Amino acid sequence: MIARGSEAVLVQGITGDQGSFWTARMMACGTRIVAGSSPGKRGRSVHGVPVYDSAVDACAHAVIDAAVLFTPPLATKRAALDALEAGIGKIVVLTEHVPVHDVMEVLAEAAARGARVVGPNTAGLVTPGEASLGFMPAFDERIFRPGSVGVVARSGSLGTLTCLNVVRAGLGESAFIGVGGDPILGTTILDALRALENDPRTKAAVVIGEVGGVMEEAACEFIAAMAKPVVAFVAGRTAPPGRRMGHAGAIAEGDRGSAESKVRALRGAGARVLNTPTEVGDALHQVLRG
Amino acid sequence: MVIAEHRGKEMLRSNGIAVPEGSIAATPAEAAAAARALGSPVVIKAQVSTGGRGKAGGVAFAGDSEGAEREAARLLGSEIAGYRVTKVLVERRVDAARELYAAIANDAAAKSPVVLFSTEGGVDVERASAASAGSLLQRVVDIRLGFDASDAWVMLEGAALGERVRARVAEVLAELYRQYRALDLELLEINPLALDQEGRLWALDCKLSMDESARVRHRAFADEAERWLGPTGTPLEREAKARGLLYVELDGDVGVLTNGAGLGMATVDAVDFLGGRPANFLEIGGNAYTQAAPALELLLANPRVRSVVVIFCGAFARTDVMTEGVAAAVERLHPAVPMFFSIHGTGQENARALARDRLGVEPFERMDDAVLAAVAAARAQASRAAVS
Repeated sequence: MIARGSEAVLVQGITGDQGSFWTARMMACGTRIVAGSSPGKRGRSVHGVPVYDSAVDACAHAVIDAAVLFTPPLATKRAALDALEAGIGKIVVLTEHVPVHDVMEVLAEAAARGARVVGPNTAGLVTPGEASLGFMPAFDERIFRPGSVGVVARSGSLGTLTCLNVVRAGLGESAFIGVGGDPILGTTILDALRALENDPRTKAAVVIGEVGGVMEEAACEFIAAMAKPVVAFVAGRTAPPGRRMGHAGAIAEGDRGSAESKVRALRGAGARVLNTPTEVGDALHQVLRG
Repeated sequence: MVIAEHRGKEMLRSNGIAVPEGSIAATPAEAAAAARALGSPVVIKAQVSTGGRGKAGGVAFAGDSEGAEREAARLLGSEIAGYRVTKVLVERRVDAARELYAAIANDAAAKSPVVLFSTEGGVDVERASAASAGSLLQRVVDIRLGFDASDAWVMLEGAALGERVRARVAEVLAELYRQYRALDLELLEINPLALDQEGRLWALDCKLSMDESARVRHRAFADEAERWLGPTGTPLEREAKARGLLYVELDGDVGVLTNGAGLGMATVDAVDFLGGRPANFLEIGGNAYTQAAPALELLLANPRVRSVVVIFCGAFARTDVMTEGVAAAVERLHPAVPMFFSIHGTGQENARALARDRLGVEPFERMDDAVLAAVAAARAQASRAAVS
């Protein structure tokens, strides 16, 4: 799930305001956007990219490796199933507030077809100097610069701050993987860490977790066995239990999903856990030296 | 969103699952009348949008109408896990020969619905299931294929149930799954599912939670259910909700405004870690990034706020648009509390210039420095207030 500059990308929902705006920005980062789709908009062109009615339609005219979805919540299931039917193997769903049952339907179909879904409710994937699939500020070299740190985050905003601190510390990113803020996700922190462990350019990984669910805990067995050092931060230590903190998935009930449980598990697995995101630069320098 | 037990039970009853006869009371006198009409021992249950009610004393038993009146008087107006009780359900007491457990839930690890059943229902299934995991049957469902009574029958292989009861439980599980799908539920739990002396099944409780993202598909049901339960949260939280803002009131004095959920949580944590006390969580990420002005107004309406820290780290959310909103609100309200900024990401040059020119403040480079300044300012204001 690391974005690559060689990948041919389809933007679904390309004729909308955000789809069009971010298509230009993604292309400026080197992303090879070869087609767009929007129902009923066949024959148009957005920033020079040809538009088709559907992903199936687009795939009849171009070879496509990945799709990025800028679709409204209730239209997202259809768009994702369209991309899967077209045979696209990697689908990045940026949309927030997709009904969870829709998400489960899409993920079941993706699993049956052997396709990878990232998100929903993710800010996307960035590989500095190669490609950006989503709406991270990949064009800003104060935040994204080629390097050796792989960043995995549930939150786009906190992921952005983390990447800013990585670059501020004189380092750069080998990959940013936004897994998303929803309770049920196509790609988990564990999946992302597996990819970073296997990525030759990555020397260290940063995990930006948050309260809710057990995705951080589920990655800990793997973290303990990783050859590469892991630095982690868990947002929501002061979040009141039972309250949803912005993200649909950010809710702790009892000890399940609490920040304490995650910090404890991450420490136990040998990850270096930060008190604030500002500490990430110093921590990375230390683990990279060690 | 949590749907009250009573509404959930109405839904079950209209779909052929037996629930005890009962009615709603908002006063002790109504509870007494309800018990008299039932003419039997009753259960009195607080209707609140939270779990763990039994453990919190929200369920009581009474043998007659006087007892019902007394228990209702105790429950009504009390608080359970922060929720005020305004209604109680007065129900005929069903004597359970056995207490079973049935639930349909979203399983994040399997990324699928999961059907859960146990012959050991009761008060605390989470703990019980950990202790006696053997009795908990689980079946992950391929959501594309669904789950019907024949799937349930197979699932119940090995459960200590007679054939007739097993068939009836299978029907109940299939019906619960249908309702779970039809209403986009996150959880539909019947605990206990009681088996009486005559071999009939009764849903003695119903815990039901709907996916907030799917609410648009069930607007009438969800709005009605929410109205029925009455308002929750503080007055400011209610106002925030009405305005579509993600706001959680906390008990400190440092106001926090950010874009994005993760950044918001991290900033609230940083206020706490750096020695201050956060007054709120408030984020205007995603499409809400144009809502900075009303968001700041809401934040400042909390009289405990003594300083404000604004952390913007924009990707999709443009920091210039957000800072413009903050400046507009400040120019309209002239707040007395000091504000501290750290701004990075999309639109940061314009955003920082706006902070300088219109608000007369220089944003901090590092988030922690902005938080520290806000914590110190709140402390200074507090000691000034203490002196005067």
